[in-house]
Amino acid sequence: MTRADVIIVGGGLMGAATALFLRQRGVSVILLERDLVGSHASGTNFGNVRRQGRFLPQLPLANRSREIWGRLPEVIGEDAEFLPSGHLRVAFSDAAIGKLEAYARDARPYGLELELITGNALRARFPFLSPEARMASYSPLDGHANPRLAAPAFARAARRAGAEVQERTEVLSIAKSAEDFLVETPAGTFRAPILQVSSGAWGGRMAEAFGEPVPITPRGPQMGVTEPVPYRIAPVLGVASDVTEEGVYLRQVERGNIVFGGGLRSEASLDTKRARLDPVNTLRQLPYLARLLPAVRALSVIRTWSGVEGYMRDDIPVMGPSAKVPGLFYAFGFCGHGFQLGPGVGATMAELIATGSPGVPIDPFLISRFAASEGDPR
Amino acid sequence: MTGLLHRVGETQRRAVRIRVDGAEVSALEGDTLLVALLTSGARLRESEFGDGPRAGFCLMGACQDCWVWTEDGGRLRACSTPVAEGMRVVTRGAPWPAP
Amino acid sequence: MAGPVIVVGAGPAGIRAAERLVEAGLRPVLIEESARDGGQIYRRQPEGFTRPHEALYGSEAAKARALHAAAEALRPRVDWRPETLVWAARDNALLVNAAGRSESLPYAALILATGATDRVMPLPGWTLPGVTTLGGAQIALKAQACTIGARPVFLGTGPLLYLVAWQYLKAGAAVQAVLDTSPFMKRVEALPWMLARPGLVVRGWTYTRDLQKAGVRIATGIMPVAIEGDDRAAAVRWRDATGQDHRTECDAVGIGYGLRSETQLADLARCAFAFDAGARQWLPVADEDGRAGVPGVYLAGDGAQVRGADAAELAGRLAACAALRDLGTAVDEIEMVTLRRRLAPMTRFRRGLERAFPWPANLAAALPDEALVCRCEAITAGTLRRAGGEYGAPEVNRAKAFSRTGMGRCQGRMCGLAAAEVLAAARGEPIEAVGRLRGAAPVKPLPVATEAAP
Repeated sequence: MTRADVIIVGGGLMGAATALFLRQRGVSVILLERDLVGSHASGTNFGNVRRQGRFLPQLPLANRSREIWGRLPEVIGEDAEFLPSGHLRVAFSDAAIGKLEAYARDARPYGLELELITGNALRARFPFLSPEARMASYSPLDGHANPRLAAPAFARAARRAGAEVQERTEVLSIAKSAEDFLVETPAGTFRAPILQVSSGAWGGRMAEAFGEPVPITPRGPQMGVTEPVPYRIAPVLGVASDVTEEGVYLRQVERGNIVFGGGLRSEASLDTKRARLDPVNTLRQLPYLARLLPAVRALSVIRTWSGVEGYMRDDIPVMGPSAKVPGLFYAFGFCGHGFQLGPGVGATMAELIATGSPGVPIDPFLISRFAASEGDPR
Repeated sequence: MTGLLHRVGETQRRAVRIRVDGAEVSALEGDTLLVALLTSGARLRESEFGDGPRAGFCLMGACQDCWVWTEDGGRLRACSTPVAEGMRVVTRGAPWPAP
Repeated sequence: MAGPVIVVGAGPAGIRAAERLVEAGLRPVLIEESARDGGQIYRRQPEGFTRPHEALYGSEAAKARALHAAAEALRPRVDWRPETLVWAARDNALLVNAAGRSESLPYAALILATGATDRVMPLPGWTLPGVTTLGGAQIALKAQACTIGARPVFLGTGPLLYLVAWQYLKAGAAVQAVLDTSPFMKRVEALPWMLARPGLVVRGWTYTRDLQKAGVRIATGIMPVAIEGDDRAAAVRWRDATGQDHRTECDAVGIGYGLRSETQLADLARCAFAFDAGARQWLPVADEDGRAGVPGVYLAGDGAQVRGADAAELAGRLAACAALRDLGTAVDEIEMVTLRRRLAPMTRFRRGLERAFPWPANLAAALPDEALVCRCEAITAGTLRRAGGEYGAPEVNRAKAFSRTGMGRCQGRMCGLAAAEVLAAARGEPIEAVGRLRGAAPVKPLPVATEAAP
């Protein structure tokens, strides 16, 4: 098949989920992935399935996504190791306490119930937390999953549902004829009247080619994992802080390893397609991890990694229809917080493409927000 | 049970006492912790994934299969750690978080 | 580029490299992970042990003594850093960890002499207590005056198989069998290459003859089936060249199929890798003198290509010459030409070894689904095959992402080459098509309690 209703450029979690949900709506899809599905940001991120702490207007989308995470086996035939084991944001300062309180209050109208826990109650319920922890905001239905599995699992499900998934197929150029987008690749030219760009950090280049430049910067998260130890830490832990270096987070997988990230990010290259972790950043993370979870101090880090993520200047993604080109849609630039949103983004983009309406509000994410600003958006 | 390793020389060294799973074990000064544990026993640790006991493999710091737990929740790579008087090691279970 | 020349690894290659740099008036940094210099082949016993060099190194005693003496003479003339782990690399600097403290060491040139460890093919039961690598069995004897068992079986292929069995025989162990996967005819076919170093061929024959005289069973062209035992190794099951099954009781097993270069640091220093068909593995690319593709990085010794200790000493010196020359110090061409010429037969001998004692790639396909491939993460061959099959992983990093093979404490050091064979066989593809595991920091586990030096 070289023609379909929709071509999706970029087989990360967003593209793969969109492909599946489009198929569920009876729309024919070709998904083009330059490398392997989910090999960049979708596969190298922390694996947080976290709603709390997000930009509030994003919560309806996050809620939609959380609902899909909860029934992954039914949707894609496997669970991608999703564990709804709760999420704790931990405050060590007055300023952070104030922010947790305000967020818990403001998130409630969006249907996100957070429990604020302090003092002895905090230590009784989460005895592994640092004695320095002053308050934690507990989101009981959030959790974590395995990012190495999720996007490929969505792509397999999409394929089973009839999508054409082409890996190792780089898009060389995209042209627009009267009725179709013509997508040229080494494997031939693909065409469709509708095109979705969900190519992560590379999305900016494609949007620019369509006359819609956006301020996006590639960066690499600084991830690591410890040796395995008995499974004791159910919730994902994250530090609530405005100080970048302090903002570390960690989760223990059921097999026992503790995955961590946060703090500073490293350079990433769109050309080499690699983000090299800076080991100095790993060293900087260690004391903050030990402050959050003192028991981690006994362990060793056994592996680190990074990946290419796309960060928008305003720290929220680009999502929705093009403001300039009919039939063109975007879902990229998820600023390191796209993993939880992925299934919801797929469902929302599929609904938008198939029906003209996204189903949940996405106005803050429209690409038109940059066209409205003055001068060069970069 | 006899140990896995057998001494074939250099036995005139000073004795060193350590505790392994609560029991006193005698080793020799200059032993690695691996040798101290495996001349008297047949395991260093349990696989975290339930596939049985482990007792190291490469003996030269490459395979990382010989990390043992101390009683107080510390970690030692047995093949590259010299044994020291009074070391307290556990080879069953993992004391984490530290008691 | 500012900073000193750093030599990583104080084995034969590293010591000779540092020595040549000192001769040129430099004061290099010499980093060694263990407490003492000598490397693995000339591994020293701890302070207080009394066996003479002749007892420890046999025919190689003179070389060991010379190397140890060279290292001791260097001690005051280099920045000697024992018990120091190089755990990561960044732009022209190494991150080194010693005594719980990590610091960044910039370099003008970097000579990697990281050595090699045993190349292993998994088999059912290989994680049982009592099973070690051949190198491990040798270290136990050499550095700790212990045998891995009173009645060991040695299994695998390569010169080390016979050497270790012979050393155990001399140490008084009742060696139960030497089981070699390579058919004897391979040795005959490889003679034209092996005779590049006739002395070594003769010595190999001597070991075999001594073992046979002592009544040790030696079987070639065998297929290992499993190591059996409850909580410790008790027997090896194997199939002989005629297809007949055997069970050899024992109390320990040493296994190894030649050596594999330690290449993680070369990877982190951004060296390019190329597939070496003879070695059947990906190796960092370097020119004849050891220059890697990355400016300022040099490779020497078994960490670059497994040619043994004699070659490592020459290659270390040669890499130092290359580094000096690139840094603007005059080096007599005759010295480099001589080193290259002396290395040539060793390279040819290495190719002979690869022919005589081939890595038994075919065993990967025969490995039962339930056998562990990755000992760190306890991942079975079946799980790995599913990653390559049902999940479609076309190369080893993808298979690792899906299955966790090679993701544990050793970073795929032990299982990586075998895992690639399992994956390639499962997919019906040539081994080079499934690539190699990318290196990642830390090279070895980094304690969370590590402090960053200011």
